[in-house]
Amino acid sequence: MTWQDGWWAYAFIAIAGWLATDIWRWLGVVAGNKLRDDSEALNWVRAVATALVAAVIAKLILYPTGVLEQSPLWLRVGAVGLGAVAFFLFGRKPAIGIATAIAALALGLWWLGF
Amino acid sequence: MIEIKDNPELPMDREEDEQSSLAWFGRGMRGIFSLPAFILMLSFVGFCSLTAQAGIPVQQVVFMVGMVWALPAKVILVSSMMSGANLAAAFLAVSLSSVRLMPMVAALVPELRASRTPTWLLLFLSHFVAITAWVFAMEKVPQVPRERRVAFFAGFGITLVAANMLLVAVVYHFVADFPPIIAGCLFFLTPVYFLASIWHSARHPVVYVALLFGLVGGPLFYWLFPEFDILLAGLVGGTLAWLVERLWRQRKEVGV
Repeated sequence: MTWQDGWWAYAFIAIAGWLATDIWRWLGVVAGNKLRDDSEALNWVRAVATALVAAVIAKLILYPTGVLEQSPLWLRVGAVGLGAVAFFLFGRKPAIGIATAIAALALGLWWLGF
Repeated sequence: MIEIKDNPELPMDREEDEQSSLAWFGRGMRGIFSLPAFILMLSFVGFCSLTAQAGIPVQQVVFMVGMVWALPAKVILVSSMMSGANLAAAFLAVSLSSVRLMPMVAALVPELRASRTPTWLLLFLSHFVAITAWVFAMEKVPQVPRERRVAFFAGFGITLVAANMLLVAVVYHFVADFPPIIAGCLFFLTPVYFLASIWHSARHPVVYVALLFGLVGGPLFYWLFPEFDILLAGLVGGTLAWLVERLWRQRKEVGV
């Protein structure tokens, strides 16, 4: 059977998708319920969670899929760098950093003939 | 160290109590008109074009959005489906990508729960945690009275999932061919938004250090152990960040 056959596709998504993600969320509730909100243990959990998300971010920038796969690395890193400079220069407003980075990327892609 | 204690519970009229919870649920719902929700929706437009190109029927895509929710997990699920991976292999790949949800939920739960919040409710609400909802909740929840935080998060989380299911059902039919520059920018919005909002919303110094260590650790561990890169970057990078920040904090306390 392949994933295209009717009910099997839904069963596949439910097991490999839903169960595989929600198990971790439930374990998170169990673990989080034991943590005091001013404890050093929670500080560690916070650090690990942030570093995990940061690693996902880095991978999305360095190893993108789709159109950006063909774009040069310097353009992507440069766009994020410019966005960061604008973010810190102009009052740390997320919208400014995001708009600058996206505009730099769009300009670069256009200039490279995408 | 400052100790924050819950407000002593005041005797409250039950009806008034419910009304107030409903009002906070509504305020959470209004979070749909925020920058993070808007960017997430644009990312879902990008996801739509990915699934349309992969030939996955729109009903299954909508089902996937509701059931899995976390976007990186869905991208991995779609690529396993496309490469014809068997159920066990797909389960393993998605599980590994989702381990990060555990510390994320564990960090959020102490912020969300009040003294009387039942565990089953937290288990149910944890389904709505993914990066965007997490970043949004960690930023906004401290400004919500503790007794109302669960209602506020439920309003935001449930609305965000429902809106994106609807969005996918509609947009799927129109995404066939985006110009490459638009498609590229849509993809890039997600990481850039995550970076800016995590830095902006950090209330604990350890978050800045962990963000930097994770950014370096991600590619480093991808190069060393590609199968477990995210997990190792989180555990090793996060632990190092915690140690560094703790050492720095202790030094400051002794020095002053």
